[in-house]
Amino acid sequence: MTDSKYFTTTKKGEIFELKAELNSDKKEKKKEAVKKVIASMTVGKDVSALFPDVVNCMQTDNLELKKLVYLYLMNYAKSQPDMAIMAVNTFVKDCEDPNPLIRALAVRTMGCIRVDKITEYLCEPLRKCLKDEDPYVRKTAAVCVAKLHDINAQLVEDQGFLDTLKDLISDSNPMVVANAVAALSEIAESHPSSNLLDLNPQSINKLLTALNECTEWGQIFILDCLANYMPKDDREAQSICERVTPRLSHANSAVVLSAVKVLMKFMEMLSKDLDYYGTLLKKLAPPLVTLLSAEPELQYVALRNINLIVQKRPEILKHEMKVFFVKYNDPIYVKLEKLDIMIRLASQANIAQVLAELKEYATEVDVDFVRKAVRAIGRCAIKVEQSAERCVSTLLDLIQTKVNYVVQEAIVVIKDIFRKYPNKYESVIATLCENLDSLDEPEARAAMIWIVGEYAERIDNADELLESFLEGFHDESTQVQLQLLTAIVKLFLKKPTETQELVQQVLSLATQDSDNPDLRDRGYIYWRLLSTDPVAAKEVVLAEKPLISEETDLIEPTLLDELICYIGTLASVYHKPPSAFVEGGRGVVHKSLPPRTASSESTESPETAPAGAPSGDQPDVIPAQGDLLGDLLNLDLGPPVSGPPLAASSVQMGAVDLLGGGLDSLMGDEPEGIGDTNFGAPPAAVTTAATPARLGAPISSGLSDLFDLTSGVGTLSGSYVAPKAVWLPAIKAKGLEISGTFTRQVGSISMDLQLTNKALQVMTDFAIQFNRNSFGLAPAAPLQVHAPLSPNQTVELSLPLNTVGSVMKMEPLNNLQVAVKNNIDVFYFSTLYPLHVLFVEDGKMDRQMFLATWKDIPNENEAQFQIRDCPLNTEAASNKLQSSNIFTVAKRSVEGQDMLYQSLKLTNGIWVLAELRIQPGNPSMTLSLKCRAPEVSQHVYQAYETILKN
Amino acid sequence: MIHSLFLINCSGDIFLEKHWKSVVSQSVCDYFFEAQEKAADVENVPPVISTPHHYLISIYRDKLFFVSVIQTEVPPLFVIEFLHRVADTFQDYFGECSEAAIKDNVVIVYELLEEMLDNGFPLATESNILKELIKPPTILRSVVNSITGSSNVGDTLPTGQLSNIPWRRAGVKYTNNEAYFDVVEEIDAIIDKSGSTVFAEIQGVIDACIKLSGMPDLSLSFMNPRLLDDVSFHPCIRFKRWESERVLSFIPPDGNFRLISYRVSSQNLVAIPVYVKHNISFKENSSCGRFDITIGPKQNMGKTIEGITVTVHMPKVVLNMNLTPTQGSYTFDPVTKVLAWDVGKITPQKLPSLKGLVNLQSGAPKPEENPSLNIQFKIQQLAISGLKVNRLDMYGEKYKPFKGVKYVTKAGKFQVRT
Repeated sequence: MTDSKYFTTTKKGEIFELKAELNSDKKEKKKEAVKKVIASMTVGKDVSALFPDVVNCMQTDNLELKKLVYLYLMNYAKSQPDMAIMAVNTFVKDCEDPNPLIRALAVRTMGCIRVDKITEYLCEPLRKCLKDEDPYVRKTAAVCVAKLHDINAQLVEDQGFLDTLKDLISDSNPMVVANAVAALSEIAESHPSSNLLDLNPQSINKLLTALNECTEWGQIFILDCLANYMPKDDREAQSICERVTPRLSHANSAVVLSAVKVLMKFMEMLSKDLDYYGTLLKKLAPPLVTLLSAEPELQYVALRNINLIVQKRPEILKHEMKVFFVKYNDPIYVKLEKLDIMIRLASQANIAQVLAELKEYATEVDVDFVRKAVRAIGRCAIKVEQSAERCVSTLLDLIQTKVNYVVQEAIVVIKDIFRKYPNKYESVIATLCENLDSLDEPEARAAMIWIVGEYAERIDNADELLESFLEGFHDESTQVQLQLLTAIVKLFLKKPTETQELVQQVLSLATQDSDNPDLRDRGYIYWRLLSTDPVAAKEVVLAEKPLISEETDLIEPTLLDELICYIGTLASVYHKPPSAFVEGGRGVVHKSLPPRTASSESTESPETAPAGAPSGDQPDVIPAQGDLLGDLLNLDLGPPVSGPPLAASSVQMGAVDLLGGGLDSLMGDEPEGIGDTNFGAPPAAVTTAATPARLGAPISSGLSDLFDLTSGVGTLSGSYVAPKAVWLPAIKAKGLEISGTFTRQVGSISMDLQLTNKALQVMTDFAIQFNRNSFGLAPAAPLQVHAPLSPNQTVELSLPLNTVGSVMKMEPLNNLQVAVKNNIDVFYFSTLYPLHVLFVEDGKMDRQMFLATWKDIPNENEAQFQIRDCPLNTEAASNKLQSSNIFTVAKRSVEGQDMLYQSLKLTNGIWVLAELRIQPGNPSMTLSLKCRAPEVSQHVYQAYETILKN
Repeated sequence: MIHSLFLINCSGDIFLEKHWKSVVSQSVCDYFFEAQEKAADVENVPPVISTPHHYLISIYRDKLFFVSVIQTEVPPLFVIEFLHRVADTFQDYFGECSEAAIKDNVVIVYELLEEMLDNGFPLATESNILKELIKPPTILRSVVNSITGSSNVGDTLPTGQLSNIPWRRAGVKYTNNEAYFDVVEEIDAIIDKSGSTVFAEIQGVIDACIKLSGMPDLSLSFMNPRLLDDVSFHPCIRFKRWESERVLSFIPPDGNFRLISYRVSSQNLVAIPVYVKHNISFKENSSCGRFDITIGPKQNMGKTIEGITVTVHMPKVVLNMNLTPTQGSYTFDPVTKVLAWDVGKITPQKLPSLKGLVNLQSGAPKPEENPSLNIQFKIQQLAISGLKVNRLDMYGEKYKPFKGVKYVTKAGKFQVRT
């Protein structure tokens, strides 16, 4: 007799039948009926109509029947809230049952009934259960608090359950501790600012003890919680590491990976000279390798994490290359990840083995995998210089196989190899040219065309080759068209005599017959360049290209550091910080690696870690490259010059022009007087416009801009005036360049700006606006640019600011988004203002007040920083800080160290208290900050550093 | 934490769903089906899929997909480990983890899932404890239940849950007290064309079957514990004792469980027990090729190698194969292009071989790649790493148990490239 019979009743009137059975007098029949109901529920049938009948069965001594009814209740209570109240009494009664199993069952089920009306009735029983004598009940109740919090957070806080839950961290039973941690972690996730898990050395000790004795799942919760702790010093970090390492031998891979996370994070604090550091590195390798012998799904997650770990600390796995060798029946997602890691681990020592493997993979069946393997060979060549030659010959062997997609991938990577080692392997070009006809993928075609254009002087029939591509110009993808255009222009500049016709043809195809603005604009640029100043054209088009970097796909270091803190989580699988993908982004706190305390030479710069700027919230709005080019072209319409070919002008005209002055000067090597025609756009602008002509050169967009801007952090205060930093480069604002800095003088903040017109057109009608920001900064007056700004003119002005604007918390806190308008367009940029411009003049606290406040602010709000290389004595430091409104409240000398107690106030009334420890003769200072809004600490620290170092 | 679980069979039917928090509509599985369609092969479905509002983390076990839905940042390994645990539990309870078995026992399945996870937090995942809470189905019990009206659900508190040894149930009693250990080693290896070893390692496990009354405290020691430098332990093992004395000291769970798993990777320790001579070639511009493989013993420590099978995924253009084995039998599936040769034992006097012709699709270009050979074998009474159990001592109980250790070496992922 099996349960499958419950699935067979599908006839009409089923519900009625069940109803009758549920109300039967016979116990057995009742139970069977409930089973049928549950079975229907499991397969997604709606049996909610039976609610009252099922609830009637709840008062029973039969435990199985009770459990089944509970199952039903959990599923349907939500849809029948009024009915669900009927069940409350039974719950309350069951919570006092002498059998702890029933008490626990009742409290567990209660929490799963997600009905607001009911929850208040459940508080009393829950409170009792949290203090139950039986740990099984306590641990169940702990989870119930999390459930209740999910339904009604306010209620849980009002009833004081959170404090009870915190107390449970010190429970004598490790299982209860683990569940309390799990519940608190879940609650904390929806309340990022609350310090629910305030960890101190005592509670850490409790957790570490519980870690040894609780279940594997509990260990995961505890380890994840430990990872958020910031040890005081390297000694504490080491002792935690020592107690966590045994977890590396756990059979549960999630435990292992969480332990790896804790170790990777705390290792950051250990000095590399320490013996223990080396031991730890050795201990990390075997468990990571062992993860790879698990089921493929586990392998996949492990590999994604190992990918991060080898980027952060390649030394851990450098001898374990072989375990990443691919087996032919690995699932594809495992194969691709393994390949990635193989390349990351490739070095001179193991390159021979790696190449042999890659060559093997390149003959496999799976197309995606083969492609990636071929690319990997190219990446090896770029990464390990000594292997480049062997890689190239391997690629040539692969080209000989004539397998279509292999050949195409090989050509794409050979192009990259040329970029890395110019003038070394060009002998293979002939072989590549043989395969021209088989290329049908845009990327491969574009790569091949690039090669032909780049090395046109060495390929005898370059013009024929390119001409053959030109025939189907309009059927090609944009990528290929752009490449073809550039290649032919290159060819023309190299062999001007034979290819005039060709270049005219491609220019007219690109400018007249194409709908693609990118293509058209690039066409015009070239046309204009060639027609006006062919020498400049040569310089621009045939400019030396920057070598491509060794590893193009490395994760940016700050992001990597953040991701290391997320080992084992979804973030580590996606290689994105949670803020980039967790739904709603609610309460995502940036995590950062702890600073290394022991060694004075800091190899990494931990200060920068939390500033990780995910590309997701890129604030800058950059005009698309196309528009930019279009505008550049329009700019020079101002001065009347001998007709530049407008879109409307005829081909003939353009061509004549092109062949006229342009060609002559190209043939004659010395450019005489060409440069002084008033036609030429400023060189800077031209170079920029030609940027897209460089194949593969990343068009640096807002990201690099952001990084530029960070240099603007260290600006002036009081007497010190920092140099202005470029906030908005001309290429992003149609010729308008803005640089600036922030100042504070006698209580007023201002933004000192320098506007430069690098365009050819007069700029007028300036205006400025700020986005809402963390401290409500806003312009106190309109932007006054009195006269129109003519080309190449610069104007300096000071914009007074106030702090009464609307407030919105920004990330980072001191981010300011600015819009500047002129007669041409509106431009957006963002900048970081130094926090000390916000330090107000009446920021001095009296001593008593200081003492009381310092004690009053909880310890977890304290942040500690190191200010290095600042050889100031106490007096000088104090004076310097004073001039920037950081006031010394008291001074004390302890054991040869001077302690300055300081206070400052921000414009929005936030007080920050500081303790600055200075040791005479030691250039490092220690800064401890306490503030009720701990998020400002980082920025206050930066302000300190700026002030002290300038 | 884990929100919901869907069980999906190979033909794409969702035949069971369980929600631990609020109900998530079945339609979320559409994203999974989409991914499944994209991955030509069922084994290639990526284990982590993101959808606009949820994340789907899945495993593929015994022709079933276990798809879990999560909504917050949860360690994916945690979820995957848990799903495997669910599958293990089904296997343990019903003897197999199949759609039929799950449907036959749907109420037990539901009760199990409810016990294993509470609001997304794992609750009881140890089989010892689950069996105390929910009795596994037996024919006898269902008959008895239907007569007496009693149920599968135990009504005692699972005492193990509270003690410091949550993996062992209390009050265990046997008339025959026995403890058996199986040392099973699998050789994972990649052998290249020329017969040299590209990569080799041993994945070993010690599985235990312990039927001992009361609370026995066991110590297991090895002749050569130094071999074990990369080990994963069952939670019952006292790590400190291992660190200091290299002795496995533990209070075992009741019944079958995996005591340790270990990995031996240093090349000189991994012996390769078989070699394969192969000659597989396809002629240019002709519709046939040659296939010739011979298997022989290499470093087999004087033991018989048995249970040999060779599996080969032939290239797509192979239409049929016409082969003669000197021993055993072979099959070739023209649809999946899988050649399977069941060899049996190797007798060194006459090495088994399989020779013959390969018919190719006419006109198709000759295959670029030669297929890899997947080899299975078994050697009884041998742990290839040389690991040997020294002795087993029992403390805490007075009776004298029967003890036994068995060794076996198998091929794991053993591949020969041709």
